[in-house]
Amino acid sequence: MSIQESVARVQSTLKEQPWRLFASQVSILVRTEVRRNLFTKRRIWVYLLALIPVLFIGAHDIFSRYHPDPAQIEDDTEVLAGIIQLYYLRLGIFFACMGIFTWLFRGEMVARTLHYQFLVPVRKEVLVVGKFLAGVVISVALFETAVLACFYLIYERFGGAGRSYIFDGPGLSQLGSYLLVTALACLGYGAVFLALSLLFKNPIIPGAMLLGWEAVAPIFPSWAQHLSVTFYLKHLCPVKLPVEGPLAIFTVVAEPVAPFVAVFGLLCLTVAILVLSCFLIHRLEVTYTAE
Amino acid sequence: MTPGARQIVFENVSKFYGEVLGVNKVNFSLEPGITSLVGPNGSGKTTLMNLLTGLIKPSHGAIYVLGLTVQQPVEFFRQVGYCTQFDSFPPGTNGYDFIYWPLRLHGFGHDQATKLTNEALERAGMAQVANRKVAGYSKGMRQRIRLAQAIAHHPTVLVLDEPLNGLDPMARAESIALFETIAKQGMHVIISSHILEEVDRISDCVVLMSSGYVVAEGQIKEVRREVRDHPMQILVRCSNAAKLASAAFELDHVVEAKILSDGQSVLIRTRDAEQFSLLLNKVVSSGLVEVDAVAPADDDVNSIYQYLIGSDGGPA
Repeated sequence: MSIQESVARVQSTLKEQPWRLFASQVSILVRTEVRRNLFTKRRIWVYLLALIPVLFIGAHDIFSRYHPDPAQIEDDTEVLAGIIQLYYLRLGIFFACMGIFTWLFRGEMVARTLHYQFLVPVRKEVLVVGKFLAGVVISVALFETAVLACFYLIYERFGGAGRSYIFDGPGLSQLGSYLLVTALACLGYGAVFLALSLLFKNPIIPGAMLLGWEAVAPIFPSWAQHLSVTFYLKHLCPVKLPVEGPLAIFTVVAEPVAPFVAVFGLLCLTVAILVLSCFLIHRLEVTYTAE
Repeated sequence: MTPGARQIVFENVSKFYGEVLGVNKVNFSLEPGITSLVGPNGSGKTTLMNLLTGLIKPSHGAIYVLGLTVQQPVEFFRQVGYCTQFDSFPPGTNGYDFIYWPLRLHGFGHDQATKLTNEALERAGMAQVANRKVAGYSKGMRQRIRLAQAIAHHPTVLVLDEPLNGLDPMARAESIALFETIAKQGMHVIISSHILEEVDRISDCVVLMSSGYVVAEGQIKEVRREVRDHPMQILVRCSNAAKLASAAFELDHVVEAKILSDGQSVLIRTRDAEQFSLLLNKVVSSGLVEVDAVAPADDDVNSIYQYLIGSDGGPA
């Protein structure tokens, strides 16, 4: 079969697909999954992961009202950059995505409810996309809210100078970058953990290995760094951290990459991992007794 | 074998869980009607149902349902409804949502999904409690809400794993009546059950399983006929039970002739029912004994099942 014939065949197959049904199914899956997984007691620890810095900054704000400190906006901008780069991107979003995305399939297996989703006229690929998007909605909603709250609390205490930094200075652009980085982190880690949950019965050990990999990736050759989620995120962070010593490994950018390339690269990595998940889901069998 | 558009076909299907056998070399095809899967725990009934609905994949062989396979999930699951044995539900769901949202995934719009949900709830007798959380349901209610979900989209093939478990006698009778109604509409109803008398009464076909093997399959009477090696029990009511028993004992194929306590009935166990019928005709025509009634005493699923599977649970 020639390449042209193959292309024509693929095009015809794609045209035959009921895309409107798929879109409607994805939308329903997202709605039901978000309802089931966002507002639930099981997710309290995820809320805590997202809100811990907000609580600390809030407490610091209250404390500083009674004990004013001579902090400058630049100092607190670095504090915010540190919170986002060292806490949210390295730990908070990482572990929250581990909890949210591995639960999407493996958790349903443990709860013995996965069969309900395997017994409806939904293609497995649609199921993967629907559940993935639901996880993205949940994690993005939580962490974008947390980042917004941190940003507000950091600059709110500076009054007019803070507002001026945001609206007349680089503040708003930095906020945009942080929100973009947070969303991309949720996408990237989410895709990785979804795939891990389809590959391993217990994704915690591979998750711990991934955490280690994300930490040491900067010392590996350039091509290997492209397989790390934080490789792309670091290029999009607007404020460089003046970190020294062993912690500097988390902030060093060995090979600068244009922001567009970083965003596109991470989206490509996410899509590639999702495609892998679509293959893996076909291997998944509902054998609760084996869990 | 060409899979028929109305049949359910298992083609040399085997399933192994690692080295553990689930089912082995299953070959049969089912016509519309009620089919019962009968066998002890661990015989492979649920495995067969899970294979049929694609929850697990066969290690060997192929399964066709109305000419479709699970590789075509959109078409396949519009035709198939499966009420599993798993007594678990998505957390926080209520009875209504449990049926409504899967219908939306089928592609039904809000109005149609609402209509079908209400209809399924009515048919399963769950309309009054539909807005309560499933977690607060009794076992019987949970069973019925699962049944309601399985029938809500009007499937052509309804697969029910132990559907009568946990139901009170009234609900059980209603469920059986529902299965019969569905089967009369030309659909497939596949039931696994330990309540043998009930599936016996409603089944058009039985599949007897033991240790992962299908030991017999077909209409109950056909299956019974296939089992020539096993003695069949025939109850004869007559004027002189002792004479009939004595005559029967002279035949090689009669392994037991037991006079019952009323003194007028003999329970014959024979390996060849046709030969025994000939003897009976001779005895009657000679005027030695007057026969009031002859009836097979074990032409039901339970007896066949006992014969085939035996007390050790191994294949016959």
